[in-house]
Amino acid sequence: MIIYFKNVFNDVGTVTEFASKFFKEVFTPPYEFKEFIKQCYVIGYKSLPLVAITGFIMGLVLTLQSRPTLAKFGAESWLPGMVALSLIREIAPVITALICAGKISSGIGAELGSMKVTEQIDAMEVAAINPFKYLVVTRILATTLMIPLLVIFADGIGILGGFIGVNMHGDITLVRYISKVFESLSFLDIVPATIKTFFFGFFIGMIGCYKGFTAENGTESVGKAANSAVVTASLTIFIIDMLAVQLTDLFF
Amino acid sequence: MQELINLEIPVAQHLQAPIIEIKGLFKAFGKNNPILKGVNLSVHKGEDVVVLGKSGSGKSITIKCIVGLVQADKGEIKVFGQEILDMNTGQLNEIRVRIGFLFQNSALYDSMTVRQNLAFTLQRHAKDLNDEEVEKEIIEVLESVGLAEAIHKMPSELSGGMRKRIALARTLILKPEIILYDEPTTGLDTITSREISELILNIKKKNNTTSIIITHDMACAKLTADRIVILKDGVIHAEGSYTELENSKDEWVRSFFI
Repeated sequence: MIIYFKNVFNDVGTVTEFASKFFKEVFTPPYEFKEFIKQCYVIGYKSLPLVAITGFIMGLVLTLQSRPTLAKFGAESWLPGMVALSLIREIAPVITALICAGKISSGIGAELGSMKVTEQIDAMEVAAINPFKYLVVTRILATTLMIPLLVIFADGIGILGGFIGVNMHGDITLVRYISKVFESLSFLDIVPATIKTFFFGFFIGMIGCYKGFTAENGTESVGKAANSAVVTASLTIFIIDMLAVQLTDLFF
Repeated sequence: MQELINLEIPVAQHLQAPIIEIKGLFKAFGKNNPILKGVNLSVHKGEDVVVLGKSGSGKSITIKCIVGLVQADKGEIKVFGQEILDMNTGQLNEIRVRIGFLFQNSALYDSMTVRQNLAFTLQRHAKDLNDEEVEKEIIEVLESVGLAEAIHKMPSELSGGMRKRIALARTLILKPEIILYDEPTTGLDTITSREISELILNIKKKNNTTSIIITHDMACAKLTADRIVILKDGVIHAEGSYTELENSKDEWVRSFFI
């Protein structure tokens, strides 16, 4: 038990050290701008199809599942607003972040882990290239910026899915549907939900990079790094979400 | 018993300060696992020193300490007359660009083509070069290792021998004064091993580099070594030319040459 707690504190210490190194390196030139753009492309653009499919299904299913309950109260006209609120405040950020934890965090963990065990990271270091700046800083920055954009994209596609869901049992024009969506939304629904996605993105990138960068030698550790990155990132997303909801509730 | 044999290093080299000087190097992994227990080694400019020893004797750790990949626990490492153990990363990087390191598994960047592998390293240290000059340097260095045709290939498309040559090209592109080879012929067939050994020899002749070569391949050692040192139990156990050590009185030393 003592050893377990010792390991937990040890891990917390090394993760904190890793994160503080990120904040130190991110502001120190030279900047790896080209690699950052490449990572934005890989993390953001290449995740679009997955996020689009997930977002569409979320919107459609949420509408279809909510309709019977609202119909009981004769409140079917609330459906667009309710779907949009649920998607924007909670479902799209969390589900998109979880999808990205699975795709991106594990990908980064496996990529950096395999670079570590095949001495590619050491090769950069002996060539006087800062591997932390090139590999870690660029990826964390890219996830921090791309996850919010992917979530906004998922919001849009989800609302579109909701429109199709509403039209399966009713008849509403797109313009009317969209105006009903915006009627029910306020500034305070969008801003806190968007702010928390930056934290989701930061932790998805940081956990993936940390697990990969600290992989031990041996191919087995690459699998472990990828697996552990997904599990830890997913758990962290729920914890951040819980804290974000509490804070939003407290201040707004 | 340590066997130190008079070396046939030219007088001029003896008078010069060693380009690499290691004194009393200690390194342990964990409390009860000391690997290096006081290694002393001097390498002079233009000299090729081969390091032999059983697996796990600390050969790779020694050269990794020289480039700061492994932090030594105790001792001194002077490279180009500068103590590297006290250096910060910036100072160490200034030394690192003057040292090439060939990894045992080549360590090519998997996600980049051969051209990108070389350009990635070069462009970070020769920022004044334009694209044409970078391309020229890349082709030149690839030709020097006999693989100019592989410029657009991915590392996964290369054989073991080709990967070693490309890794060597990546090392050479920064025109290092010292090259550290970590088992350059491991995992290669006899013919390719000989080609790599000859390449090491040619690089030395052409660029007048200083080298430390870690190997288990005695053909490579015979071809490349100006001097051989043998590590045993964390210290230099024997030192001399190939012929001298081959005829050593120490049976354990002779066992490497059978």
